[in-house]
Amino acid sequence: MLISDNSEQSFASAASTPTALPALEVSDLEIERDDRILFSGLSFSLHGGQARLVEGANGSGKTTLLRILCGFVRPDRGTVYWCGRDIQRMRLEYQAEVGYLGHAHGIKDGLTALENLQVAAALGQERPDVSALQALERVGMAGYEHNRVRSLSAGQRRRVALARLLVTRSRLWILDEPFTALDYRGIGMVESLIEAHCAADGMALISSHHAVTLTCVGEAPIQLSQ
Amino acid sequence: MTQLPMFKAFSTLLRRDLLLAFRHRGEMANPLMFFVLVVSLFPLALGPDSRTLQPLAPGIIWVAALLASLLSLEGMFRSDFDDGALELMLLSPQPAPLLVLAKVIAHWLVTGLPLIALAPLLGVLLHLPAQAMPALLITLLLGTPVLSLVGAIGVALTVSIRRGGLLLSLLILPLYVPVLIFAAGAVGDAAHGLQVGAHFMILGAMLVLALSLAPIATGAALRISIG
Repeated sequence: MLISDNSEQSFASAASTPTALPALEVSDLEIERDDRILFSGLSFSLHGGQARLVEGANGSGKTTLLRILCGFVRPDRGTVYWCGRDIQRMRLEYQAEVGYLGHAHGIKDGLTALENLQVAAALGQERPDVSALQALERVGMAGYEHNRVRSLSAGQRRRVALARLLVTRSRLWILDEPFTALDYRGIGMVESLIEAHCAADGMALISSHHAVTLTCVGEAPIQLSQ
Repeated sequence: MTQLPMFKAFSTLLRRDLLLAFRHRGEMANPLMFFVLVVSLFPLALGPDSRTLQPLAPGIIWVAALLASLLSLEGMFRSDFDDGALELMLLSPQPAPLLVLAKVIAHWLVTGLPLIALAPLLGVLLHLPAQAMPALLITLLLGTPVLSLVGAIGVALTVSIRRGGLLLSLLILPLYVPVLIFAAGAVGDAAHGLQVGAHFMILGAMLVLALSLAPIATGAALRISIG
């Protein structure tokens, strides 16, 4: 409680200055898997309008880090703060702010693209201004609304999964390898989606093996090394 | 205003699961076929004599219903776990127990309800007296939701384990025992023309207890499984 009181005060005093409290702050994170420390002492922060990359070799803990930030995995040490509060203490509030795209797409094979987005919108915080159809159009899937996801290609499924992020009001996008299976136009499309999201005061954390050209990536990538 | 999105998430998830079940009707029929086949094995093994079958009928039908329910449970969170929909469900700003409840209700509607519809037919096959039929239906109506709710906890705990089926049975079957005792007992007593109101009340109490606590436990177990 003490922590959140302090930070709310500091937020109020610093809100007008450029060094406002970061929306997402990670402090001294440590995680161990199978007796191996994946990373320790990891700290970074993210302000509104910023995107950051997470880099590291295979097995360096990129996915684990992103899953900690989603609240799926509890770190062995350290805390994740959202607007100065521990995310473990404000789970549902925090979850309303997070849009996650993982290795698994989170869309159902047996439903159509449109049905999948309607479910995603209802489960998250629905955006009144973006309809499921508009979201599909933005990811280049117009005309596939009524196709079952089962019949779509890997890249097309990825696009439907990305459209999921557009129909909810999540400020923080956590994207685990979002460019996988996409063609070069798809990669450009994802980059422009992230740019637009950041321009609207959103935030994104992206793990990727591709060279990403984003203007909203402010600081150096978060490096995870073994 | 805050109630509205919660209700919408609940009903959307319920509808989604019913729609998916309807589109995969074949899978839905398997536990049902199992139920019918297991029950019809008994007259074949014991002979069609009504004096042998009649006293055993309540027990046979209930054990078969319990095994069919166990068989159908495995699929409850499996596909959601595999395609990542489970993670998104737990990342939803709506409370996890509510969403779990929607899934369990959908599961019971597609597996439990058809089973109840078939039960009287199997009762006739086993020479269950007509006066015990209402008791059979009522115990199934009260008991099978308990099986789904309690079973969901076990499925949630074992969903991350490949081939967790046997572990699931070991985990869940002991918890099914109270339901089995009171339900089969009630049908047996009804067949003898005895009062069975007390049995129903105990089964009803079990249902209320499972309805209020099992979704919370299942939500917590799912969180452990994806962690």
